[in-house]
Amino acid sequence: MLRRQFLLSLGAAGLLLPVGRSAFAARSPAPANNRRLIIVLLRGAVDGLNVVVPYGDDDYYRARSSIAIAPPGRDDGGLDLDGFFALHPALASLLPRWQAGQLAFVHAAGSPDATRSHFDAQDYLESGTPGRKATADGWMNRLLAQLPAAEGNRALNIGTVMPRILAGAQPVAMLASGQAATKAGPLDRPRIGQAFDQLYAGNDKYGDAYRASQQSRREIMAALSSPEIENEMQKASNGAPLPPVFVDDAARVARLMRGDPAVQLAFMAVGGWDTHANQGGARGQLANRLQPLGEGLAGLADGLGPLFDDTTIVVLSEFGRTVRQNGNGGTDHGHGNVIWLLGGQVAGRKVHGRWPGLAEPARYENRDLAITTDFRSVLGSVLTQHLGLNNSALAKVFPDFTLCCPNERLIR
Amino acid sequence: MKVENPGRRQFALKACRGVAVAGLWGAGGSRWAQAATADGDAETLHVLNRLGFGPAPGDLARVRQMGVAAYIDEQLHPERLTLPTALTRRLDSLSLANAGQAELIQRFHALHKAVKDNPEAKADRQRWHRQMTEETSLARLLPALESPRQLQEVMVDFWFNHFNIFNEKGLDRALVASYEREAIRPFVLGRFRDLLGATAHHPAMLFYLDNWLSSAGEGAGTGRRRRGGLNENYARELMELHTLGVDGGYTQQDVTELARMLTGWTFDPRRSQGASTFVFDPRRHDNEDKTWLGHRIAPDGQAEGERALDLLARHPATARHIAFKLAQAFVADAPPGALVDRLARRFTDNDGDIRAVLAALFASAEFRDPAARGAKYKSPYRYVLSSLRTCAVPLENVRPVLHALRELGMPLYGCQTPDGYKNTEAAWLNPEGTRRRITFATALGSGRLPLRLDPDDNPAPSMAPPPAPDAARLLATLGSTLSARTQAVIASADARLQSALLLGSPDFMTY
Repeated sequence: MLRRQFLLSLGAAGLLLPVGRSAFAARSPAPANNRRLIIVLLRGAVDGLNVVVPYGDDDYYRARSSIAIAPPGRDDGGLDLDGFFALHPALASLLPRWQAGQLAFVHAAGSPDATRSHFDAQDYLESGTPGRKATADGWMNRLLAQLPAAEGNRALNIGTVMPRILAGAQPVAMLASGQAATKAGPLDRPRIGQAFDQLYAGNDKYGDAYRASQQSRREIMAALSSPEIENEMQKASNGAPLPPVFVDDAARVARLMRGDPAVQLAFMAVGGWDTHANQGGARGQLANRLQPLGEGLAGLADGLGPLFDDTTIVVLSEFGRTVRQNGNGGTDHGHGNVIWLLGGQVAGRKVHGRWPGLAEPARYENRDLAITTDFRSVLGSVLTQHLGLNNSALAKVFPDFTLCCPNERLIR
Repeated sequence: MKVENPGRRQFALKACRGVAVAGLWGAGGSRWAQAATADGDAETLHVLNRLGFGPAPGDLARVRQMGVAAYIDEQLHPERLTLPTALTRRLDSLSLANAGQAELIQRFHALHKAVKDNPEAKADRQRWHRQMTEETSLARLLPALESPRQLQEVMVDFWFNHFNIFNEKGLDRALVASYEREAIRPFVLGRFRDLLGATAHHPAMLFYLDNWLSSAGEGAGTGRRRRGGLNENYARELMELHTLGVDGGYTQQDVTELARMLTGWTFDPRRSQGASTFVFDPRRHDNEDKTWLGHRIAPDGQAEGERALDLLARHPATARHIAFKLAQAFVADAPPGALVDRLARRFTDNDGDIRAVLAALFASAEFRDPAARGAKYKSPYRYVLSSLRTCAVPLENVRPVLHALRELGMPLYGCQTPDGYKNTEAAWLNPEGTRRRITFATALGSGRLPLRLDPDDNPAPSMAPPPAPDAARLLATLGSTLSARTQAVIASADARLQSALLLGSPDFMTY
């Protein structure tokens, strides 16, 4: 981690200045690549047609008699984006970012693999190799190997179970979700910590996991306790009641990234999108889930402060849902979906991609939104245009895949 | 085999409330040496770990004496083992967990209807839900910890997870215990077709995967559910997760056709027959022809769905899928292909007789291979249960256990998605998980986990420090589970920390 490098270099120069953490943060040289990427995976297949609503497409309303989002201007109508698409009204908290040109979407995007299994589709999305199950690691872990080496927590997962997308050879820090994240445990007590250090000293496989947990814990706690950021965050929340878990977690990610410049990648997952029944329209089940998601993302963008300029947040889901609503006011497993891009350098205020239309013959297998953009094209553009990967590095992250349109800019 | 063993029970209590012995290894050093050299116990520990949730006090000696083969045979025939009376009595006392489907469904709806703007009713409902959750969990955890029928309890967990439902989806909160008791538990060593059928007819599954809402099309059915239509959620998972497996060779068309065949499968608490609330509603059923997995299906009401279950239960892809999952659960994360093939054949040759498949599995060279011992990494569920069994701690207050499982990423009945929890090291071994296991081990090992509800205990915090499990007894229970190095490190540690170190050791993470 940079803090150590800094101290080491001070030591080498024979200097030992009493600098606090914030002083260090202000003076530390920027990493070779100071760009950051946050992936938010909506597990369960969010209904993208009700997130970025094609209100200009009449077939949308024909297929969804009771769950459609009304056009902008009507009661409970969508929030107009570009005269054709509208944002779900529960996502109003993100509208200022759209207006500021920091929010974009790629519609009709998804995986070339036809599976409608949540688990296979998530697996492919996380391995980055649609159709190939034997891939052992996740694409974010391979990406980590392609980024300039640095010490410390470079990738962060929110949650206590390692997701497929981050699995692999590169170490990944984990931070629990919710209020438990920063609670002190017995290992934080020196007597107990030392005893376990000794117990795990001789064991390679489990010892590695143990030592990684101790090391990354120390760094996370140091980053989160940066007094400057803490004050600012406390002011921002101002005694508000406990927010939904995602909002809380997103704020913590922002705080951690600001406190620890080594963290370049972060991953968060949000569940509960599998709306087979009674998903609602402008209000109801889906709206109730979108609202905290939007608030969390807006809070994340705000909380990143100056870092937001160097950050891209990508929100995606394993596949979309049927164009037609089913008999229970819900939607079944579909195909194409919308990918969200939020960040200081995003080519924003635009719904990218080619809209295939929702007329039955235009649909995938006559039922689902067709896919006109491979999800790897979206991620690949972000990796090359935002993180500065070259083609050979990109090929390591997404093997057997060539970027379709390298000239289309998703990042300014 | 007589199971109620007063000696053992006393011993268990002593182990958990045992006095903190300072300088333990000064006096008991020879016990370590004994355990460390008892390599002959490796196979005994292997079956105690794999067929059950790990050794409880006395188990090692008992199986050592009866022999591994006899233990396996005993476990494959749980009906021959008597349950301890204390356990039976406690399970019988769980009135909500033992309630019938119709009563539970009606009570759930009544409690929810009453809540509108009524804080008292809301508190009532919360109380009911809390009691339901606690009883449901006790109905699972008490036998898993205390029953001599360990394999049965391992299989209850295995099959529940295979046919997973989620505690927090509406009505299912009321039905999880009923589902496990009626649709899973009776069949865990029986025929797969019976298990499949029982899950398919249970309201908890019909509700969880939305089949209760599915009907032929708009306008079919009557009353409240009139606005029906096809819902393919259950049909898809029935093939993908419960039977054929995702590579089982079916198409989207097959999913839709199977969903049509299953229209009308729903439940109604007012029309319950015996214990079951399942009803087939012909008005919701799609009476057109279907073509499914290459078969032409003529309209035949409920029989279409039954025929589908017959065919799925006996499909070679199902045999392979189940064989793989069993081999992964009992042998290795990446089970040898030859073993999976043999088990799949065994499954087919015995018409899905689970006991026969397991007997072949336990007799296999792959299971007996010394390299298989200790090669699996415990899931959080197994880690917590094996810890509690080692300490033989009487489980009176279930909440700390539920909390621990949640903290470790594996809340009981809390897997939201129908694929259930994974059973591999890759899924569970990670830095944060390791840290949290140690947190749990430290709380349990130092006697700080409030598992007891003893009315005689003085709750005043100024009392003497809580009793901690006695590390020497834990070691005797675990035999040669711990490496010589681990034993040496623990022996040299502060006596108050020894139990925590043992339960949090890398050696105790595997089985």
